[in-house]
Amino acid sequence: MHLIREFEVRCTQSYQDKKIGGFCHVYIGQEAVAVGCTQAVRPEDPIITAYRDHGHALARGMTARACMAEMYGKVGGCAKGKGGSMHMFDRPNNLYGGHGIVGAQTPLGAGLAFATKYEDEVINGGKNTRVTLCFLGDGAVNQGAFYEAMNLAGLFDIPVIFIVENNGYSMGTAIDRGTTMSHDLCIKGRAHGLKEAVIDGMDLLAVYHDMHELAEWCRANSRPAFVDMKCYRYKGHSMSDPRKYRTREEEERYEANDAIAKFEKALLDHGVVTEESVKEMLKGVREEVRDSIQFSNESPEPPLSDLYTDVFVEPWGRYTGSSLPEFMGGADNVCGFRATDGKEGLV
Amino acid sequence: MTAVLSNPVFREPSSLAGPVREIEFRDAIREAMSEEMRRDKRVFLLGEEVAQYDGAYKVSKGMLAEFGPRRIIDTPISESGFAGMAIGAAAMGLRPIVEFMSWSFSLVAADPILNNAPKMLYMSGGQLGCPIVFRGNDGAGGQLGSTHSWCVEGLYSNVPGVKIVIPSCPADAKGLMKTAIRDDDPVFFLESERMLGNKGHVPEGEYLIPFGHAAVRRAGTHCTLASWGRPVNFCLEAAEILAKEGIDCEVIDLRTIRPLDLPTVVKSVKKTNCAVVVDQSWSFSSPGGELAALIHKHCFDDLDNFVHRVHSDDVPTPYSAKLEQEYLPNVRKICEAVRSATYRA
Repeated sequence: MHLIREFEVRCTQSYQDKKIGGFCHVYIGQEAVAVGCTQAVRPEDPIITAYRDHGHALARGMTARACMAEMYGKVGGCAKGKGGSMHMFDRPNNLYGGHGIVGAQTPLGAGLAFATKYEDEVINGGKNTRVTLCFLGDGAVNQGAFYEAMNLAGLFDIPVIFIVENNGYSMGTAIDRGTTMSHDLCIKGRAHGLKEAVIDGMDLLAVYHDMHELAEWCRANSRPAFVDMKCYRYKGHSMSDPRKYRTREEEERYEANDAIAKFEKALLDHGVVTEESVKEMLKGVREEVRDSIQFSNESPEPPLSDLYTDVFVEPWGRYTGSSLPEFMGGADNVCGFRATDGKEGLV
Repeated sequence: MTAVLSNPVFREPSSLAGPVREIEFRDAIREAMSEEMRRDKRVFLLGEEVAQYDGAYKVSKGMLAEFGPRRIIDTPISESGFAGMAIGAAAMGLRPIVEFMSWSFSLVAADPILNNAPKMLYMSGGQLGCPIVFRGNDGAGGQLGSTHSWCVEGLYSNVPGVKIVIPSCPADAKGLMKTAIRDDDPVFFLESERMLGNKGHVPEGEYLIPFGHAAVRRAGTHCTLASWGRPVNFCLEAAEILAKEGIDCEVIDLRTIRPLDLPTVVKSVKKTNCAVVVDQSWSFSSPGGELAALIHKHCFDDLDNFVHRVHSDDVPTPYSAKLEQEYLPNVRKICEAVRSATYRA
């Protein structure tokens, strides 16, 4: 949690220094959600989220270097600088994005879970072993795609947990201004037969405990669930948000209930950590983030040839592309499947 | 690239020996899907009415009985949801075939099929691909009215990262579908309701047709007719009429428009010095317009006339049978375009 917070603080500075471009949404305040949820499941359980994704990436095991360099648009980034802040992908750690269109990740999340279940049961002839975590904001609750995803998940017994990170605002719109039944969000999941839970997202232990129990239920029963994860983002929706839609008093009230401070106090009270070891850890975290900034500064810009890679997959001929106004790019692609040894046509 | 061609599974259907076997277009697609599903358990079919109903157009007839409900999956009427779900499954390594009852219905799934499928590989820096096939009926189906008669290639061919296949005959439909299923990229496979009952020779043996390989359906010397999908058949009809008038047309079936086999078209136009592009989509910002521009670029000194184009008329698709026939790129319009392009009007 300290790593995420420190990372986001330095990320904000880098944005102000114009090292990071485009849209950038920081996770400060909500750290307990990503950390508690990822710790509550197994590394092989897929995770997918929306555009406020740095916290999930770090919690899932992406290095601060890869995450920061991605935002710097450098080759050392997790997607070689092709995705950016909103599109963090980490296949080895089973993080399937980082998706920029509100709610669009929810059918995809159902698909990840459909696939793990299909692999376990249809291909391998066993029993479902995995559960997918699909994060979304409370703003995404009003997207049609989410309702289709919940319906399909309920219908096909898909083991996916839709975790609504309910921070009370979709951009600048307070939840009760945009969402019906906002006092009881779980009714949205209930309508599709999803198991439901309301969890205090500002309490790491509550998130971990409740999510672990829910995830194991979903795994064992191969059923979907809906979580109203109550939380709060301390900063604006994105870097350009002056937060005029809420009061400073409201922000202070939530900041006084900070999840990191609370968990730290609990650990100190139980003698798990000491003031010294916390300081030591903070020092390490600051060093790690400082290192990620240095790495990102030093990591090279992507070569222009990178513009044309990763458009299509082999083995059908690597796409080399072209910026020429051609329909299929350069000559290499126009005749991508044609023999180059002078023999035309097929075998 | 040579490695692809040396792959023995790639062959023209006409190169296979064996008795003549006439089957319908829909049977050819079903054979391709069934063969690939027997070969690879990761392949499954989902869509509206594909299972218990045996397919709204009977393309998947009998597949539920063979493969069971875990692999032939009826979905609710929820295109955005099930297209997105299939894309998520493809990102995890499965190989879904998504049937849109009509490509017209894919418009409500535009976000997942255009924003997720073709960009996954790029945005993840090559970490995640999307081996998925979207297929269904495209173009006017016969008095279905404007909302159900979309030629989506006019919209979707603008997007990098997709492969677009538009077969014109049963044999190609089978060979191209098998290639589409084995392809590691998202493939949009555009069928036509009006062709599903068309019969043609489809050889017994296994064959795959690689993408980006046009077929010369008719050799000729006076004018090149370049087309794909259903209008290829209109071009062949027009060529017969024009032959009686002394105009000898070469008909090229592009088969796929992404990738586009430009060299075959260019080679033909350099011979005929004349080209007519026939494209069922609307003319403005269309694949036909793109092909015409490419021909102008690559055959600038070879052309005796500007490239003529035949499209659907620039109006919403009408319901009336008479108006619809006039609206489509029909045989009469193609003949008129060729006569004009060859100065025989």
